[in-house]
This record gives sequence, C-alpha cells and structure tokens, in this order.
Amino acid sequence: MGFKTFPGGVHPHDSKKYSKNKPVEILPLPSKVVIPLSQHIGALSKPIVKVGDEVLNGQKIAESSGFVSIPMHASISGKVTGIDKFNHPTGIISMAIEITGDGQDDRIELTDELNYLELPVDEMKNRISEAGICGMGGAGFPTHVKLSPPTEKPIDTIILNGVECEPYLTADYRIMMEQPDDIINGLKIFMKIINAKKGIIGIEANKPDAIKLMKNKLKKESNLEVVSLKLKYPQGAEKQLIYAATKRKVPNKGGLPMDVGVIVQNVGTAIAVYEAVRYKKPLIERVITVSGKIVRNPKNIKAKIGTFFSDLLEFCDGTTEDIGKVISGGPMMGFAIPSLETPMTKGCSGLLLFNKKEGHKEDESVCLRCGRCVDVCPMDLVPSLIAYNVKHEDWKLAEKFGVMDCMKCGSCAYVCPSHIKLIQWIDIGKLKINELQKK
Amino acid sequence: MSDVYAVSAAPHIKQNISVSSVMWQVVLALTPALLVGIFFFGIQSFLLTLYGVVAAIVTEALIQRLRKVPVTISDGSAVVTGILVAFNINSAAPWWLPVIGSVFAIAIGKQIFGGLGFNIFNPALLGRAFLVASWPTLMTAGWKSTVPMALFKSSINGLVNLPSNVPAVVTSATPLGVVKALRDTTQVSSDMAETVMNNLTSMDTLQNLFWGNIGGVIGEVSAAALLLGAAYLAWKHIIEWRIPISYIATVFILTYIFGGINGLFSASIMLPFFHIFSGGLILGAFFMATDMVTSPVTKKGRIIFGMGCGILTVVIRLTGGYPEGVSYSILLMNIAVPLIDRYTIPRIFGEVRK
Repeated sequence: MGFKTFPGGVHPHDSKKYSKNKPVEILPLPSKVVIPLSQHIGALSKPIVKVGDEVLNGQKIAESSGFVSIPMHASISGKVTGIDKFNHPTGIISMAIEITGDGQDDRIELTDELNYLELPVDEMKNRISEAGICGMGGAGFPTHVKLSPPTEKPIDTIILNGVECEPYLTADYRIMMEQPDDIINGLKIFMKIINAKKGIIGIEANKPDAIKLMKNKLKKESNLEVVSLKLKYPQGAEKQLIYAATKRKVPNKGGLPMDVGVIVQNVGTAIAVYEAVRYKKPLIERVITVSGKIVRNPKNIKAKIGTFFSDLLEFCDGTTEDIGKVISGGPMMGFAIPSLETPMTKGCSGLLLFNKKEGHKEDESVCLRCGRCVDVCPMDLVPSLIAYNVKHEDWKLAEKFGVMDCMKCGSCAYVCPSHIKLIQWIDIGKLKINELQKK
Repeated sequence: MSDVYAVSAAPHIKQNISVSSVMWQVVLALTPALLVGIFFFGIQSFLLTLYGVVAAIVTEALIQRLRKVPVTISDGSAVVTGILVAFNINSAAPWWLPVIGSVFAIAIGKQIFGGLGFNIFNPALLGRAFLVASWPTLMTAGWKSTVPMALFKSSINGLVNLPSNVPAVVTSATPLGVVKALRDTTQVSSDMAETVMNNLTSMDTLQNLFWGNIGGVIGEVSAAALLLGAAYLAWKHIIEWRIPISYIATVFILTYIFGGINGLFSASIMLPFFHIFSGGLILGAFFMATDMVTSPVTKKGRIIFGMGCGILTVVIRLTGGYPEGVSYSILLMNIAVPLIDRYTIPRIFGEVRK
C-alpha cells in the first residue's frame, strides 16, 4: 500500500497507546457548564438569554452575530447563572454563559428526516448554520461559511480529515471506528451541498484498522475514496493534506483550499453535520481524548460542550503524579493553560496532562545555523531567519520571509537543538504585523 | 483547589536533542578515525589529539571568563575543534603544534566573533591555515609512513627505475603530492608519469587509501573510519547529505575531466576515486564543510556551497601551489555563506511564480 505525503515534517513519538483502544465513554451529566461565546473564528456570538432564565438541553442561548459567526446552545438543562468572563481553552479569558444544571437533562425536540439527502441545499446549509457547527479539528472555522464558496471558485473535491497527526489524540480515530457510517453520511451531505464529484477520507498510516474499515465501507461507492497517508507530522495540516491527496498546492499569502477546488472538513465535523441535517441536532457535545503518561485512566470521552476539564480529569480518576502542565489540544499545537477550571469548546480534541518534568522547557541558546528547521518546515520557510528578524523587530523582513504563511505547526521548534522558541517568536511577529496592517 | 500551571508556547514536546548532544555525537563519530590513527601511527597521535583538545577547552574557558559570558566548555564544541585541529597534524609533529593550532582556532577563529554560532570560518580549519602559514615544513613534511606505505614506495621504485628526483618527491609527500609532481613535466618524463599514475590508481593503492595504509595526518588516514563516523551522523540527522555529496560528486566529475596528465578525459575512471580517498577530502566533506555554523542554512545553498568547495579543491589540487586544497576551499566558501544564504531563500509552499 503506497502512502502519500508532503515534503518536510517531523516524526514525534505518537503516544497514542494510552487511549487508542479505549472505546468512547459518555461523561455523566456535569452539574455545571460554561459555554464561551467565542468557540470559532469570527464574530462573538450574542447571548439571547439572561441570568436566571431556565434553559433546555439543546436550546439556543446565543445567536450568531454575522455571517462569519455561529450560534451557541445549552448543552444541559438548568438555569443560566452567569454571563461573565471565564477561562478559555486557548489560554485567554473570554465572555461565556454559565449554566447550572437541574439534573433533569430535559431536551429540545429533535426531528428525524429519513430522506435528508433529498433536502434542498439551502435547507441543509440552514440546519448546519442553526446547529452552531464550526470546524472541530481545532481552528474552528464556521462550517456553513466554508460550505458557501463564491461561484467563481468551483469545488470538485471534499476531503475529510481523519489524519489526527497530533501525538496522544485518538478522538478522531475512535469515532472513525465507532461511527463510520455517520462520517460517510456527513461526507455525502458535504458533497451534495457543494456539488462536488469526489470525496476523500484521509487517514494516517498508524491507524490501519480505520483505513481498512473505511475502505470496506466505501467499496461500492465509486466517487468516494480512502487515501492512506504516511505517518508524519503535520500530515493533517490542511494544505499538506490537500497536497498529499491531490498534489494541489494551496497558494500562499492567504490562499484558501477553495482556490484549488477543495474543501477540507474534520471527521468529527462530518458527524455533527450529519446529525444537524438529519435530526436538527445542535452541536452540544463532542469526543475528546484525555491522555498523558500521568493520567490514571486515559479515555476518549463524549462530553457536553462547556464541561470543565477538571470534570473530565476526575472521570479519568485523576493523575498519578503532580501536574506540571495542562494542555488543551495536542502537544504540538495545543495551548498550555493555567487552570483546569476551564471549559471545553467545540474545537477541543484533547486534554493532556504532563508531569513537572515533561512540562519543563530548556532555555534558549544561540542558533547554530544547523538548518534543521529549514529541513522540516512543511511550508518551505526559513524559521530561524524569521525568528531572527522578529527578535530584531525588523517586521518588514519577517514578513518578506513569510512569517504570515507559517501555520505554527511547531516542527521547527520540535527539532531545534538550541531550544529556540521559534513558534513564540513567529507568533509575536504575526501579532505585530497584523497590528501594523490595521493601522 | 484551582492550581496554576506553567504555560508556554507550543510545541510542548521536543525532540531529544541539544547543542551539546550534537557536539558530543560528533566527537563520537570522530573516534573511529582517531583509533585508526593510533593504530597506524602509535600513541603519539592520541597524545597530540589530547593536547589539541585540552588547549581548545582551556582557551575557550579563559576567553569566556574574560568576556564575562557563561563558560560553555561542557557543550563539547571546543572538544570538536580541538580534535579537528589535531587531525590535521601529522603524528611526528612536536606537542606544541596542536596546542598553538587550537589556541588560535578558538581565540581567533571563534571567540573573537562572539563564540559558537557567530564565527564566520570553521575554527579548526582557520587553526590549520595558521599552522601551515607559520610552520610550513612541520605541517607538510616529515610524514611518518606506515609500514605498507614504505612497501608502496619501494614498489614504485622497483617498477619504474625512478631517477633521483622522484623518490625525493615520494618520500616527502602524501600520494597527492606525487600526483602533483607527475603533472610537472619538467621533473618527470611522460612515460614514467603514466606508469606511476597507473600504479597510484591501481586497486591496491585505492584499497590502502580507503583503509588507511598511507602516510598522512592523524585524522585523514582512513577513509573507512571517517565514513563510519559520517554514516552515524547522517543516521542521527546531525549532518545532512547535500554538502558532502555535492562536494564529493563535484570533485569526482572534475578530476575525471581534468585530472589526467594527457589532456581532457585522459584520466582512468579510477583517478576520481584516488582523489576522493586521498588527502583530506573525506574528513573535510563530512566533518568540516558540514560545520553547521559556517555552512548555508538553505537546502539549495548547501548544494552550491558543496559544489563551490569541490571546484576550489580540484583547482588547487591540479593547478595550485599546494598538493592539497580541501581546507582552503572550505575556508574560501565559508566567506561566501551569507551571500549564498541570501540568494537561496526557498520559495514558500504554494508561492506563485511571478
């Protein structure tokens, strides 16, 4: 079996053994959830409830405030007990709605549209948008926006991202094993909406049983295909996945997959879309991997959006050692957060716990000009040069050398023998240049 | 109950690599060559290397103290420099030769620029250049031959009934010196040159060159031992193929075209192999041209750098004043590195050609 891939990249230990064979477990009803109003790229959702209101599980509590925005829904039934600033899994503080549960889990009524694939395209898109779905792989781009490309950009291919190249994470793997039909149905909905000819599911080589299962499922579907991808990080990065699967290169300087006729969606998003179109079910829960060497009982957990990380960890029986670092997301691109009293959002694929030693970071030493960062950069940048120019506040040169094209995959920092915090410098450069451009 | 945990920028996992692990692995990779040097030239080679290393470490520590910067001798970079300086010295040299070479390499080659990461020239090669300029006879004459080398010389003598001037050449130089002398038609008649050339490019000679049965400096003696170390570094991704391969390939092609004594393409196909395995090419291509600090960071730049080293090496070997040109060609290319890097910034993934 030939595995496809992209140039560059690194090979971190995949560390998936802790949780890959753990079937998804459903978290018992949490007593409280906090639903951030920003779980996506775009404008903050606008609350439509006030403190003291009673809400049902699935009831809309905030509406989208523009085209590039999404609504939010209560994930448990109970009472709104706060609309305030809360911790956010990206490490920031953001506005959120707190709901204290009544333990009843009363739900809004759902439908069941058996012929959901026959629905008009606009109705499908409307249901997706009403369900508050955004990309569940991490970036969180509103899905209905992604599914509305301008007419001058015809899309011929939908790629479902089942790569899950971040070490430790196994949530996407588990849903591929446990809900393959839902994923395929989601893919069909995407293709119907976009009128795309071809559907691809990209899966990395370290998940051979998922590849096999999906291949079997797609045997009779002539326009759907599983693409096996080489085990390499960041194989699941959008541009790298598109290149591996189709040999098309998304243009740099802000180019989008639709510029090369492709739309990429996460496999989890596909399930959410299927449930939204068929049942009108809002996105109120997702599967998240809780893992790490020190987690007593690592798990893949289906949990309500807004559940505190502390509740998830408790469900995994806590840790065997003192916690040094808490990471929301994967170890390569995830965010280190200061507190477990942080709610999970629609884009949270993992919660990792590191001990004091794993969390440790060595000091930067001087750049040896070894060029390892150049060798691994999947965007063909010279990371050391960008970092150098950011350090010396030469924003023009940093931009010229492509700081804005960096997707912050972290491969460069991963291999740097001098422990230079390349991603941190690049982030500073991005922020500063964005600031300068606004002026 | 809300603990506050450490935060930092991603990534949160890191490859197990550091500056010192890189340097100590280079030291490890140089060990086989040192062992072969000891085997052929005796314990003196080890002592000379030790003097070079100690001198490098002491110099680095002293200057860092003077500069009031952290002393970083444990990172192993001074050890590498010390070894490489000593590797360029022949085993009959006095003890102070590697010492002076290492002091110069660290002080003028490295610390004066700001230390590791900022130096323009490969420090060890700069140290060698200084020694060659200051004590040319100690550096280029008086090779201690290995026993098989003596046999090799007598076989040349026996074969061609050499006139009095040729043995002088042979005894005082490496095989590369002989090749150079052969190109000088005022010294050697053309038949004789051809016969000696045939002998030099015979399978026997090449085997001796490869395994180390030749006269030479401590570290250059065995191509096999150096390649073993280089293979280890390549396996560990500490050196990358572009510089050594483009360097060696360039030397191969150019010596095949220009290396013969009867005009273009007159060389046997064995001559390029002779050029690759003799002198300092293997040591230079795998351990010196690949010095991270003084070679280009871009991929294309590394190939240009390697080719440049190859062209200069062949020019010096075939037409220059020295029999060997590896160290000067690398030093000359070191100067060009900033320029090479500047003009070889890769096109970004997805960048549209204008």
